[in-house]
Amino acid sequence: MDFATLLQVLDSTVRLATPLLLACLAGLFSERSGIVDIGLEGKMLAAAFASAAIAAVTGSVWLGLLAGVVASTLMSGIHGLASITFRGNQLISGVAINFLASGLTVLIAQDWFGQGGRTPSLMGSGRFEPITLPFAQALSGVPVIGPIYAELISGHSILVYVAFLMVPLSWFVLYRTRFGLRLRAVGEAPEAVDTAGVSVVGLRYAAIVICGVLCGLAGAYLATGLQAGFVREMTAGRGYIALAALIFAKWRPWYALFACLLFGLLQAVALRFQNIDLGGITIPVQVMDALPYILTVIILAGFVGKAIPPRASGEPYQKER
Amino acid sequence: MTDPIAPAIELKGISKAFGPVQANKDISIRVMPGTIHGIIGENGAGKSTLMSILYGFYKADAGEVWINGRKTEIPDSQAAIAAGIGMVFQHFKLVQNFTVLENVILGAEDGPMLGTSLARARGELRALAEEYELSVDPDQLIENLSVGHQQRVEILKALYRKADILILDEPTGVLTPAEADHLFRILDNLRAEGKTIVLITHKLREIMEITDTVSVMRRGEMTATVKTAETSPEQLAELMVGRKVLLRVDKVPARPGDAVLRVENLRHVDSHGVERLKGISLEVRAGEILGIAGVAGNGQSELLEVLGGYADATGTVRVNGKEIALSGPGSDGGARRACGIAHVPEDRQTEGLIMAYTAWENTVFGYHRDPRYQSGVLMNNALIREEAQDKMTRYDVRPPNPQLAARNFSGGNQQKIVLAREIERDPDILLIGQPTRGVDIGAIEFIHQEIVRLRDKGKAILLVSVELDEIFSLSDRIAVMFDGRIMGERLPDETDQTELGLLMAGVTGDPSGDPIKAVEASLEDKAAREAASHD
Amino acid sequence: MDKMPAWADAVLVPLISILLAAILSALVILAIGESPLDALNLMVEGALMRSSGWGYTLYYTTNFIFTGLCVAVAFHAKMFNIGGEGQAMIGGLGVALVCLFIPFPHWSIALLVATAAAAVFGALWALIPAYLQAKRGSHIVITTIMFNFIAAAVLNYVLVNVLRPQGAMDPATATFPAATHLPTFQEMFATADNPLFRGSPANVTFFLAVLACVGFWYLIWRTKLGYEIRAFGHSESAAKYAGISPVRITIVAMLISGGLAGMMALNTTMGEAERLVMNATEGAGFIGIAVALMGRSHPVGIFLAALLFGFLYQGGAELALWTNIPRELITVIQALVILFTGALDNMVRMPLERIFLATRRRNG
Repeated sequence: MDFATLLQVLDSTVRLATPLLLACLAGLFSERSGIVDIGLEGKMLAAAFASAAIAAVTGSVWLGLLAGVVASTLMSGIHGLASITFRGNQLISGVAINFLASGLTVLIAQDWFGQGGRTPSLMGSGRFEPITLPFAQALSGVPVIGPIYAELISGHSILVYVAFLMVPLSWFVLYRTRFGLRLRAVGEAPEAVDTAGVSVVGLRYAAIVICGVLCGLAGAYLATGLQAGFVREMTAGRGYIALAALIFAKWRPWYALFACLLFGLLQAVALRFQNIDLGGITIPVQVMDALPYILTVIILAGFVGKAIPPRASGEPYQKER
Repeated sequence: MTDPIAPAIELKGISKAFGPVQANKDISIRVMPGTIHGIIGENGAGKSTLMSILYGFYKADAGEVWINGRKTEIPDSQAAIAAGIGMVFQHFKLVQNFTVLENVILGAEDGPMLGTSLARARGELRALAEEYELSVDPDQLIENLSVGHQQRVEILKALYRKADILILDEPTGVLTPAEADHLFRILDNLRAEGKTIVLITHKLREIMEITDTVSVMRRGEMTATVKTAETSPEQLAELMVGRKVLLRVDKVPARPGDAVLRVENLRHVDSHGVERLKGISLEVRAGEILGIAGVAGNGQSELLEVLGGYADATGTVRVNGKEIALSGPGSDGGARRACGIAHVPEDRQTEGLIMAYTAWENTVFGYHRDPRYQSGVLMNNALIREEAQDKMTRYDVRPPNPQLAARNFSGGNQQKIVLAREIERDPDILLIGQPTRGVDIGAIEFIHQEIVRLRDKGKAILLVSVELDEIFSLSDRIAVMFDGRIMGERLPDETDQTELGLLMAGVTGDPSGDPIKAVEASLEDKAAREAASHD
Repeated sequence: MDKMPAWADAVLVPLISILLAAILSALVILAIGESPLDALNLMVEGALMRSSGWGYTLYYTTNFIFTGLCVAVAFHAKMFNIGGEGQAMIGGLGVALVCLFIPFPHWSIALLVATAAAAVFGALWALIPAYLQAKRGSHIVITTIMFNFIAAAVLNYVLVNVLRPQGAMDPATATFPAATHLPTFQEMFATADNPLFRGSPANVTFFLAVLACVGFWYLIWRTKLGYEIRAFGHSESAAKYAGISPVRITIVAMLISGGLAGMMALNTTMGEAERLVMNATEGAGFIGIAVALMGRSHPVGIFLAALLFGFLYQGGAELALWTNIPRELITVIQALVILFTGALDNMVRMPLERIFLATRRRNG
């Protein structure tokens, strides 16, 4: 493999990792507060559709982004209602949200655009355009570093940079702010938060909203950055890969970055090369597809370091009697 | 300005009912500032409910709370904290994977950023540590701390929130004696600084050792409030247990036969790595009832679980002379039942019954694999129902409707269903835990008679109860458990409640001597050993 | 006493939940400018008024009975098996292998062997998540989700690289030998002058599904294994007291669950396509969740719920054919059913309980 191919693969890794990363951080906020979220896929899908649809109608990708965030947050609200207010089953609620998004997006797309459940292709200001970082042009001549800067680091759309900035930001919020302290506490020991006079319900709703917003960004990036428009089921299991990445990352922001880059790389490699030939042994492309899930199962089984979820996750909080 | 001589806490006529259960009945107390006030009573006497009302967890049905001479409404824990009340719960409310510092500031941060809060808390903690002997490594994770240190964090949390009133609910229940002694030194220091402390406990030693005044609670009522200096452990024990009429059980003297159950050096370590049974040896003979007395949480539950086949242990257990497996294959509940051990568990709601199952389904729970109840690959439900109807009639279960789900029966009738199931198997050994907990008076008599009837049929009965009355009226011999050990055995005719009460508190010496000294003597070597094992 | 009678909890709560789901679905149809009544008419017309419509409805129903039972048996043991989809895929692989490589003399023998293969393959696919849950505490919901994706990759690999006939383009096996052809309803019931079920895929597997319902009922409510599964599902601590091994029940319940999911493949693979294709399951594994929730994990309820979803599926296809409403309407309805019956059930239950308590208080 030559340097140029490597750069291409890495470049595509960054782009494919972006929606995973945003969704993974979304799940991180939710699960750190004790709300299990297997509805990441659905929220992303809803956001992808809403952003593409509004961008197509208004011609403004920013309005699209806003619509995506709103759609995803609404889905989060349903999840919150079911799992926080009515203390329902969080897993079942997540499943329902995935189907709701899967159905509604196509239904509405067909009604609005009549193109078989897709939105019109986005052009111009309806899409997030690549941003050329300063000096990219000038530096591209410099060997090694130049192409890395010009092609790998520069030239992505704004949401890619936002996603990567979200990692230190999430870390900061979680570990350096009052809100983060309380959020982590409510996912571990809600009774400790409650007896300290802080609202468990309030904290969990806040986490759910953050989760919605981040999933909204992830979905919007899919439809208006990575691709130009919405097609049915365009998330293609990315919500579940993000969930896998979250477990792989043991619910930590920096680990999440590496997990998402790894899973993004697997996707990029699977896209670029079909079957990989390693000195006589052929690795079929399906192995690449399945690898994130296999790795997650191995982690879950505790064979390679134990992934321990937040202690109170999945449990509706009820004051003891 | 507050009245300088106003009580720190004054409760006026507090009542609280949970459904039909009156947990607190018209309770009034005054606790003066700068004192340690003890509240003593048996399990279920209503102590914790009272303090939960004070901390805003429950709303009282009637009565008033006055703090420092002001009538105060406490609708939630936030209000309690604002009123200067701190609470150390029996089960700590700590975030296990947070540091001490993080736990201390949680909910009491200075601002949106943690940096300043943490820095201030670090300084404050250092000061508090020096002032009250409350030193804890502020950067250690809670899960790495011993129970005693975790408790210190809870106290620090309260002090950091400027609590002037500190409530401790059974604070020594989980402590080693050495840790308990340290806690008392801390409480002493706090009192010296003018803090008001309410100590909820059922241990006489603690009351005598540290409190200024003490209130006794029994069955939801406050039976007495006395100055500690003017009372004695014996008097308190009497007040605690009450001199209510014993429920007499008609029984002839036991005619014990051979030992059916022989237990030697039984040890059990729970899932948290704590040794719960520390070398139990006992035997139960045919035709006798061995009563195990003790304060809850001293290993009685684990003893039943091990013998019942759902907790692993080491040591030897012989049933009719034959050794049985205590771990691995052949040690489960099925194997126990097969060798003639029946078990009425302590908690019928989470163990003895499936609350969602009908009464008839519950009448074979644990025996459902018996070939008798199978017809081919299916279960012979017709037979089970038929037998259930018969059992329910004979054991006077009301209503005698086998189709009703177990949760729809009263506590007493649920217990009769369990009892019918276990006794009707004609076991050699009956393990029975808290046979009348949450059971109405009418059913108590019936249940007691059934137990005695079974004894008279020559069965060996191991009875665990925290009700001393029950132990006295049923047992032919009484063994007292404390901290995973048998402290001693007595014959019911040759002992009294006071002596047993002291044994239950871990005192083995002559009760006419100084009980506090005796306790300390009995625990000294153990304390030293545990302190050594902790560091 | 219970806050409300058992019948209300068993019938009223799901009925109101479904009613809420139906109202919301109607609103969705209104919102996209169609008439809910017309849509319903069209669906009834297409799914229930012709025998060929019934042929499709019952074909889908067959799938949903199997996957509904699959989810339900796990529910009884208080587990949530989201892996029905993957277990069905692998079950299909089992069906394809025996159909392709064993020369069967008659379809009935083929059906027997294929049933066993489907169940075994499906069960084995559930075994790893079950083992990991029982022995290592890995959450079965997450592992079964992961196993769905792994199953898809495995199937993809096998179809593309192993079982695809030479020269064929699409990832699918060769068509099964004629001897494995299962009798369709058309072959069974149509006569020369009364062409029933013409061209519809319903086949003999439907009766197998009905048998599975009956077997399920016996298993759960009449055998000691069912007794233990339910006991474990209600209370793990009580199960331990009674000498019921949590490890054993977890694994056995999941094996049965996976086996039932695998058997769904008989209908799609052997009964309909007569070869194994990539997307044979068509999301039926997930619909099983809605069916089990709606049917309250009882075979009668599951049969009725599967029938309803069979109707919705066939009716939805008709809608897509004749109106501007795409098939995805059914996905929305499915989502709403899952949401209301499975996650927002307390929203329905709490006011109901209050009403029942109030009436009881007034009466005595």
